[in-house]
Amino acid sequence: MTELVRKTAAELGALIASGETSAAEVAQAHLDRIAAVDGQVNAFLHVDRDNVLAQARAVDERRASGAALGPLAGVPVAHKDVFTTRDLPTTAGSRILEGWRPPYDATITRRLRDAGLVILGKTNMDEFAMGSSTENSAFGTTHNPWDLTRVPGGSSGGSSAAVAAYEAPLSTGTDTGGSIRQPAAVTGIVGVKPTYGGSSRYGVIAFASSLDTPGPFARTVLDAALLHEAFSGHDEMDSTSIDRPVPPVVEAARRADVAGLRVGVVKEFAGDGYEPGVSARFAEAVELLESLGAKVVEVSCPHFSYALPAYYLIAPSEASSNLARFDAMRYGLRVGDDGTRSAEEVMALTRAEGFGPEVKRRIMLGTYALSSGYYDAYYGKAQQVRTLINRDFESAFEQVDVLVSPTTPTTAFPIGERADDPMAMYLADLCTIPSNLTGNPAISVPCGLADGLPVGLQIMAPVLGDDRVYRVGAAVERALEDRWGGPLLAEAPELAEAAK
Amino acid sequence: MFDEHAASDGSGRDGEPGGAITRDEVAHLARLSRLALGDDELGHLAAQLDQIISAVARVQEVAAEDIPPTSHALPLTNVYRADEVRPSLAPEQALAAAPAAEGQRFRVPRILDEEA
Amino acid sequence: MTTPTLMPYDEALARFEPVLGIETHIELGTASKMFCGCPTAFGAEPNTQVCPVCLGLPGSLPVTNHAAIEGIIKIGLALDCTIVEWCRFARKNYFYPDMPKDYQISQYDEPLCVDGHLDVEVDGETYRVEIERVHMEEDTGKSLHVGGATGRIQGADHSLVDYNRAGIPLVEIVTKPITATGDRAPLVARAYATELRELVRSLGVSDVRMEEGSMRCDVNVSLMPRGASEWGTRTETKNVNSLRSVERAVRSEIERQAGVLDAGGRIVQETRHFHEDTGRTTSGRSKEEAQDYRYFPEPDLVPMAPSREWVEELRASLPELPAARRARIQREWGLSDMELRDVVNAGAVGLIEATIAAGADAPSARKWWMNELSRHATERSVELADLPVTPEQVARVQAMVTAGELNDKLARQVFQGVLAGEGAPDDVVAARGLKIVSDEGELASVVDQVIADNADAADKVRGGKVAAAGALVGAVMKATRGQADAGRARELILEKLGAS
Repeated sequence: MTELVRKTAAELGALIASGETSAAEVAQAHLDRIAAVDGQVNAFLHVDRDNVLAQARAVDERRASGAALGPLAGVPVAHKDVFTTRDLPTTAGSRILEGWRPPYDATITRRLRDAGLVILGKTNMDEFAMGSSTENSAFGTTHNPWDLTRVPGGSSGGSSAAVAAYEAPLSTGTDTGGSIRQPAAVTGIVGVKPTYGGSSRYGVIAFASSLDTPGPFARTVLDAALLHEAFSGHDEMDSTSIDRPVPPVVEAARRADVAGLRVGVVKEFAGDGYEPGVSARFAEAVELLESLGAKVVEVSCPHFSYALPAYYLIAPSEASSNLARFDAMRYGLRVGDDGTRSAEEVMALTRAEGFGPEVKRRIMLGTYALSSGYYDAYYGKAQQVRTLINRDFESAFEQVDVLVSPTTPTTAFPIGERADDPMAMYLADLCTIPSNLTGNPAISVPCGLADGLPVGLQIMAPVLGDDRVYRVGAAVERALEDRWGGPLLAEAPELAEAAK
Repeated sequence: MFDEHAASDGSGRDGEPGGAITRDEVAHLARLSRLALGDDELGHLAAQLDQIISAVARVQEVAAEDIPPTSHALPLTNVYRADEVRPSLAPEQALAAAPAAEGQRFRVPRILDEEA
Repeated sequence: MTTPTLMPYDEALARFEPVLGIETHIELGTASKMFCGCPTAFGAEPNTQVCPVCLGLPGSLPVTNHAAIEGIIKIGLALDCTIVEWCRFARKNYFYPDMPKDYQISQYDEPLCVDGHLDVEVDGETYRVEIERVHMEEDTGKSLHVGGATGRIQGADHSLVDYNRAGIPLVEIVTKPITATGDRAPLVARAYATELRELVRSLGVSDVRMEEGSMRCDVNVSLMPRGASEWGTRTETKNVNSLRSVERAVRSEIERQAGVLDAGGRIVQETRHFHEDTGRTTSGRSKEEAQDYRYFPEPDLVPMAPSREWVEELRASLPELPAARRARIQREWGLSDMELRDVVNAGAVGLIEATIAAGADAPSARKWWMNELSRHATERSVELADLPVTPEQVARVQAMVTAGELNDKLARQVFQGVLAGEGAPDDVVAARGLKIVSDEGELASVVDQVIADNADAADKVRGGKVAAAGALVGAVMKATRGQADAGRARELILEKLGAS
């Protein structure tokens, strides 16, 4: 492995800007790394080497012509396959979209390009972002670089694995119930769910519109902040986008201090179901925060325990509607059109064949929750729970500046363990879901190992307080790296590099 | 949630027997969802949905009548665009991914009847 | 299934009381679509006015057109509705090939405008039609049915879809049940549709052309036996695309339902289609199960909360509405009720007003539009307003008549020329040489010649049969190709024959 792939995005950006290396060299190093390890990891669904090198050379040409480059110009990024890209297929991990080439770029795709980032390829994911393991991808499971027999989390598991395996310094994800934070936690990297509406959903293939939030993955908090800053901000193509300046996340990541900050420990996120190793690392992280000068108090959010059931009504309901458009009429798979069958029959056959079991399960669940006679008892009640959870957050943030919890109750679980047990799978999102229901920003940063597998610390802040999660996350990162003598990821076993 | 689940044997049927979802209901949902499911798949899904619905029904414990519902993560209102024309796609772009096209239109199987 | 006989209309009305409800869809004439920037022009080549948003491509998101909301609020205000302080869009979920997202963005239990009314007049009696709601939604694409004998949906072997109309802003206006109209029910329905069309046209927010589908009516009809207090089961007749058809559809449905009930049958709650050719309705596909649209608040759009200031601004900006305008012109133009109705039904109010504004007197302006030009419009099967003649041109022709340069017959020839595209009235007059022959010497010589050629008639006049002079006048007019002043010719004839 070349040293280039070990560098942070901030370092690579500086090296390219100063001319010490070129974007093309950096891109080539990462393409080589992908070629060497992705056979084992399976983080990527689509990589177009020529296209990658062309993007990189364009950056080098801009630099040569004297153009001012941004801090991430020439830095490679792995892009979740849920974002539309004109020049690469976009499938959302589904058979029903296999081979689809969108005629337009997602806003975030466009902003990556505008910032000079080099898109390495599209990463694997649970189909339509439904899952916590990538096992629901129609194109094979991604493997956790820490232990190839385990899942990399999900749904953005391709993106987390790519960064953890040094295939990319940065990647994008979307977080609907924890789909950035949970994979970041179980692969030992940093993942951020920004404030809802802080990052554009235009061109993000929708799972649950009122929850979906694009965000960054990186190996450091600062890198995540740089990527966050590069692609966030108001988008007139997304009605739910917030028309305010992006919170000063980069500055906060550099500041990295918690002195005088009030930190609340969510009382409800502990106990049965949390692996002892996870609980222990979390307790140590809380002690660490205290030692860094934070004032730690316990906070009760009594309705958080209803977040998971509310989520599993709201998200499938919205999904059942969002996924209706995959009907074999305008794009994507068409099955059974033999000239005799009706459009209705072709739709039903195509959807039955094109969607995987989890997607079907959620469509059915959502259809149920919205159907007449059940709406008030399920969807309606879930929306009321959403109000209650928001009230819990509001009253908690009257007492504290940030809330902390384990990101997910367990470390990476073995591939196959929960594949046929949806209820067990859903538990992975226990701690991450409340922030999705209310739009609050949250980060997962590595906080140690349990039985050799990474554990994540979740830090949650009030809406538009994204800078706060970076500030605290960076403080924890700095203190732990001092303690460990380097990043947690240095503890990960080396992947065998395939012969070229 | 899913506290019950931790204590269950994973065989489903944690909920009230009266609240169980029937196979007919599942078949109805499949039709509404335009999913042509086989018998096996219907049966399997019925059991899983029953289990999930029993668990998510917990929302009914807590939400009192006077709690307003929240449909959006943030309380934004009045987001509009000006009435300005922007470039459309070229028809070849619009039709590029069509499973079938004819006369610059999307070709679709016969339609049973006007629905709305 | 047997087809019950229709009951003659008078008998049906003697035994049953009809209850109506009318849902009207009006496409707004905005420049761009409801939720995207695609143009809205009618009649464009298929699929040339589509983009990722109105094609419902994965990842695309809607953003509401401000002008559309302004348009619907104007309609609501003109119907004396309350404009609500806060409301949301909702998704109406159902699968259909011409609906790109397989849900329609509409409004459900929170329409933008509620509780209005529209007064309509039939045979001098005023009926107040209560408006339940006015809400905003988007139109669907259009399907062409291929194969089969009729080009209709039944029996076609496939369909071709054009999404140019998908996403056009659509306002739906729903009446409350219209009762106690007795045998005038069909006329009240027609008068309502007519008045609504005039109202919306006066607001300038739609061209309300039923033949192009920019205004469409669905008519609900139910019957209850006279003396009963409970309403019968209603049917909803769709596809009613002209004012005349509204009347015919109601009449036909009354006759059909009365026939069914008379034969001891039951009315099925169903959708029916109106056929212009037969004037009858036929049953739509009987649904296996009731539709379940699974409405829920549209998460991709934020709520609308029109400020009171904005609403009042729009209220103040409303033009004079048709009812007030009619009262004014009836007074100003001195029209009888009947004359007023004819002018209104011909869609001539604005044209006549503009003609008067251009200098014509009211009776002449009305005469040209209601007689000569209406005849041309009927011949060409177009609306009066669509004739290629302007009010200014009509005023110019009348000015020439007033000046004695044209007589009515010549004026009609001028209009023929204008309508045939020969240019402005003065051009037609010059090109066709259409000036009254006012040269006394020339006219006198023509009269002499005519007297000489028609000795019999001349003798009769000499003999005191003054009526016979008509034939001689006719001959003079013929000889001058209509360009003589007929009155002056008659005087000359009588003078020369000593009969004056």
